[in-house]
Amino acid sequence: MSLQTIPLHSFDAGAQAALNNPQVRRNFRQAMDGLMSKRAAAFADWELEPLRELGAAIRLRALARLPELLEQLEANLQKQGVQVHWAQTGEEACQIIRDICQARGAKSVIKGKSMVSEEMELNHFLEAAGIEALESDLGEYIVQLAEETPSHIIMPAIHKNTDEISQLLHEKTGTEPSHDVDYLTASARQQLREKFMTADVGISGVNFAVAETGTLCLVENEGNGRLTTSVPACHIAVTGIEKVIEKLEDVTPLLALLTRSATGQHITTYFNMVSAPRQADEKDGPEAVHLVLVDSGRSAIYQDEALLDTLRCIRCGACMNHCPVYTRIGGHAYGTTYPGPIGKILMPHLLGLEATQDLPSASTLCGACAEVCPVKIPIPRLLQRLRKEAVDGDSLRPSRVRGHGVKRHWRERLIWSVWRQIHARPRAYRWAGNLLTRLRGLMPKQLGGWTRVRTLPKPAARTLHQLMQTRDAQTKTAQEPRA
Amino acid sequence: MNQARAAILQRLRQGRPADFAVPESDFTVVRQRNWSLEERIERFQQKIESVQGQVHRVAEDHWIPVLIRLLAEHQINNLLLSENKAPAQALREQWHEDLPSLLSYQQPLEAWKETLFNQVDAALTSCRGGIAETGSLILWPDADEPRLMSLVPPVHFVLLQAKQIYATFDEVLREQAWVEQGLPTNALLISGPSKTADIEQTLAYGVHGPKALIVLLLE
Ligand code: SF4
Repeated sequence: MSLQTIPLHSFDAGAQAALNNPQVRRNFRQAMDGLMSKRAAAFADWELEPLRELGAAIRLRALARLPELLEQLEANLQKQGVQVHWAQTGEEACQIIRDICQARGAKSVIKGKSMVSEEMELNHFLEAAGIEALESDLGEYIVQLAEETPSHIIMPAIHKNTDEISQLLHEKTGTEPSHDVDYLTASARQQLREKFMTADVGISGVNFAVAETGTLCLVENEGNGRLTTSVPACHIAVTGIEKVIEKLEDVTPLLALLTRSATGQHITTYFNMVSAPRQADEKDGPEAVHLVLVDSGRSAIYQDEALLDTLRCIRCGACMNHCPVYTRIGGHAYGTTYPGPIGKILMPHLLGLEATQDLPSASTLCGACAEVCPVKIPIPRLLQRLRKEAVDGDSLRPSRVRGHGVKRHWRERLIWSVWRQIHARPRAYRWAGNLLTRLRGLMPKQLGGWTRVRTLPKPAARTLHQLMQTRDAQTKTAQEPRA
Repeated sequence: MNQARAAILQRLRQGRPADFAVPESDFTVVRQRNWSLEERIERFQQKIESVQGQVHRVAEDHWIPVLIRLLAEHQINNLLLSENKAPAQALREQWHEDLPSLLSYQQPLEAWKETLFNQVDAALTSCRGGIAETGSLILWPDADEPRLMSLVPPVHFVLLQAKQIYATFDEVLREQAWVEQGLPTNALLISGPSKTADIEQTLAYGVHGPKALIVLLLE
């Protein structure tokens, strides 16, 4: 299974294919409508604006002191017996995890949900090293059985309906075909329980890492995260460096925002706080706990005061649920680990603009994402910035995202420089206006992709200047005193 | 690895925008809760019941008969509970042979994993309080009530003192001075039985953890 099921730059092709698939469209439409109304209901008795302000302030405060907080987190965790590792790239992180597994002679790994591990394609890496990696979140498990990738960061199997899942479980695990969701869930529970009992290592993500106390917080409903972090003898948590927060008190507002924004729940079933490995007198829990801090492009985002807003994200997925583009094409069309608005502002940094050049433009800039984002990330503004970077279109600010200027084309540049010249000179402007009205009959009917879903406007028969001149002349005649 | 650490920290330090403006963190919005005890109890109950948790309000000295009745209702054959905590001791003293057998988590997990996963019907644990706003139970598993007690058996009973229901998690952190006393190996908020909506957004309970969470609310 390849993480990028379609070549990255063919967002167009992916989107077209999804639009032509009524099943995909139905599944997403239904799911997203449900999520939107649940979110609205969950915030009904809250003062949402001050809460979002607080969420944004907490994330910004953490980012302002990011290097210091990472050091504090590391020092506290080490004091408590947790080993901390740093990785500059996803591959480095994979190697660290593989080495920990191999040092323990581990043959099998059970995984809780972690988008960072998706981002670095950890499962393939481990499998290549002869270590079985099994997803245990029900959605991730389904996606893994189907040899697909998650189509949503919170609900990985949202693109499938019960029929498809029943068929899949039947083919891959021998479960009797059924429409009874309870039955399907129970059968997955049974299969995964066996794996939990025998897995050598548990790998999880992290939702918040609290620097003040050295605590890794995990948010989940199923309990697979708790099993992953409690049953195997070794727990490896992996997270992006931006997930750190300063204080334990920062947790309450962020958690309130996260679960309500994500699925409209007032809280998830489990909020799991891990601060240390099993102590001498304790009877369960892993004897070894590791934290792998992954940079993978994040410190580059951090260099720019506008772009670093991207790092506030708490991965709730609300921006996807409310995005008119995501709702219609689903997550796979993007061809990237993180789809939807957050994917559009994050993936160009992780993969470079060469591979993601279509993403910043795949937006109507309607602003729904920024309106719901619990930490108030100005997503449309970041999209505009990335669009400029893609064509090196900001003469005042040098581009800095990897692969910038990839969409810069002499033809487009020529058009805009002519446009600028004309608009800066009144005589040239009039001349060009007259010329266009005269040549209006010669306008092409088709103009590439632009006219695929739009009609080309036709220049009027007379320019505004001409119309005004005529009008002036008429009023003058009318006002002239009759002799 | 140390090289990676140094490189990352250096990039962050050098690249940090010079005038990083940080707005004030105003916590008022999560703190203005002036609920009476009765309001807190009601909210707690309503929230946890909305996600399939069960609450039984019982007099403090009458919970054992209620538990016995519930064990029978759920056809439970054995119950895992603490060895040393006072309520568990009280229960053991009142127990008799016709009732479900009582188990305790005496050995490390590795010594009885199979049994714990496949043969234990239910567990009873204490907790450090509840949270009204979210309908949550606060657990700090320890040597006497290890963490898998609240996760592996299909039914989880919890004893909760009504007067220990706080308004918010934020209040818990301050009143119980978590930061000052330091966090345990593992701390938990539990808000209902295990659940998933990963199959076409249909809710199903008991996916990896307990199918039933039953709170005995002691008043
Ligand atoms: S960008 Fe905002 S809305 Fe989107 S996932 Fe991140 S926090 Fe949620």
